[in-house]
Amino acid sequence: MKPLFTAALLTVLATSAMAQDTVRIGTEGAYAPYNFLNDAGELDGFEIEVGNELCARANLTCEWVTNDWDSIIPNLTGGNYDAIMAGMSITPERDEVIDFTQNYSPPAASAYVALSDDADIESGVIAAQTNTIQAGHVAESGATLLEFATYDETIAAVRSGEADAVFADRDALVPTVEESSGELTFAGDDVPLGGGVGMGLRESDDELQAAFDAAIASMKEDGTLNAMIVKWFGEDATVYE
Amino acid sequence: MFDFCAEPDTLEGLTWLACYLTTGKHFAFYNAFGTVLMLLAVTAPAALAFGFAGATAARSALPPLRWLGKGYIAVVRGVPDIAFFLFFVIALDQGLEWLRHHALCPDWPDAVRQGTDFIVCPQAKLPLGTAPQWVHELYGFATAVFTFAIVFGAFAANVLFGAMQAVPRSQIETAEAYGMSRRQAFRRIVVPQMWLYALPGLGNLWMILIKATPLLFLLGVEDVVYWARELGAAKTARFSDYPHPDWRMWYFLALLIFYLAFTRVSEIVIGRLTSRLSHGQATAGGEKLRKAAA
Repeated sequence: MKPLFTAALLTVLATSAMAQDTVRIGTEGAYAPYNFLNDAGELDGFEIEVGNELCARANLTCEWVTNDWDSIIPNLTGGNYDAIMAGMSITPERDEVIDFTQNYSPPAASAYVALSDDADIESGVIAAQTNTIQAGHVAESGATLLEFATYDETIAAVRSGEADAVFADRDALVPTVEESSGELTFAGDDVPLGGGVGMGLRESDDELQAAFDAAIASMKEDGTLNAMIVKWFGEDATVYE
Repeated sequence: MFDFCAEPDTLEGLTWLACYLTTGKHFAFYNAFGTVLMLLAVTAPAALAFGFAGATAARSALPPLRWLGKGYIAVVRGVPDIAFFLFFVIALDQGLEWLRHHALCPDWPDAVRQGTDFIVCPQAKLPLGTAPQWVHELYGFATAVFTFAIVFGAFAANVLFGAMQAVPRSQIETAEAYGMSRRQAFRRIVVPQMWLYALPGLGNLWMILIKATPLLFLLGVEDVVYWARELGAAKTARFSDYPHPDWRMWYFLALLIFYLAFTRVSEIVIGRLTSRLSHGQATAGGEKLRKAAA
């Protein structure tokens, strides 16, 4: 009964969302495997695949836009695009400014990565990307926070010794550590942060929120979302029950 | 690009480099140089036009026009470029959308400002939400050109204002003695002669404009700096066929050379222009040319 209901709901919502045929989705394009630019210079990654599937299910034409991480929320509320899919964790602070759909990536751990596993993560210098939940966590933890505009720059800071460790989503760090041929390693324990990754929308866009919520629910139900999570984050990634 | 690029991980040395430098992403980088050159080609004349209008207004005999010209020069020159860029582009975009909203959808029930959201009716959006991506990019580029033109126009206005004042008073008196009106004297005597006095200042502005183009990135245009940072960042083998460590230094070095070469060429051109404009002028430069020819 439940899938049938979802399908019916989707049809209703799709017709009501018709007023706005093209949905522009903002992303950063610099946070593999969530979203990144491939060798051809095109957007690629977990969120691009999920987003395209969501749009197909909600009968919407979607267009991807890259935007600097730092101004990604102001440009949404300013109306430059209609949704954000940029590995953005659902947090109460962000929820005051924008709305979130239900998460399309389950709450995942954040982790420290350093040149050696005995790096001082308690009181050392920790690199994190600006305006992320990880940056907020480091600021409160008593360590010295060193902020960078992009994820790549945080990793570069650890490699150059400018920072003792980097604190970021474990999912983003895993490929970086594996490909570093032993140079980088996880340090300390994982920290569970945030309420999973969701799609950010303007507070006033209730129709769009309902349409995407229903589409995410249907992807969770038939297992396509789990398959995409495993494809992009590996067998060990947290999936939906 | 090349046939031998099919399996990048088997390549080495120069062939690897040839394939690496011809990926789609690198072509986007090369195109960004075109964007920068295009921006300069459009912005320079536009800024000069703003400057000329500002300078003429500032010298006007009509007080309101004069205040407008002087006000423009004083305000825009006094605000930091970055603050102006960040404020003005948002204000311009939202201002236009607000005007269109009131013109196109007078019956819209909801408020435009709802908390932090800025919502106009779909027909008033600039560009329209249904417009293809290139229209959005062109719109972003056009707002960037407009903003650059206003900022640099204010500086150019001040330079041209000074240059107009620098034309010897005797020249204008002579024109008046020939019976030319104020307007005729301005057009036939002041404007043709002022360029020589304006050139050092305008040359300076051109150099600063070239170096200011990376500010495009602030305005959301994907310029050379954006691509250099993106391409230079360390790449892992999982998400790229061409993994490499952090190469940002080399990409930024390339940018440095590009900008240095570009400003050098500009210097040469400005130098030639100066000597050409000096011909027959009662200035030290003109005198030197006359003696050399004699």
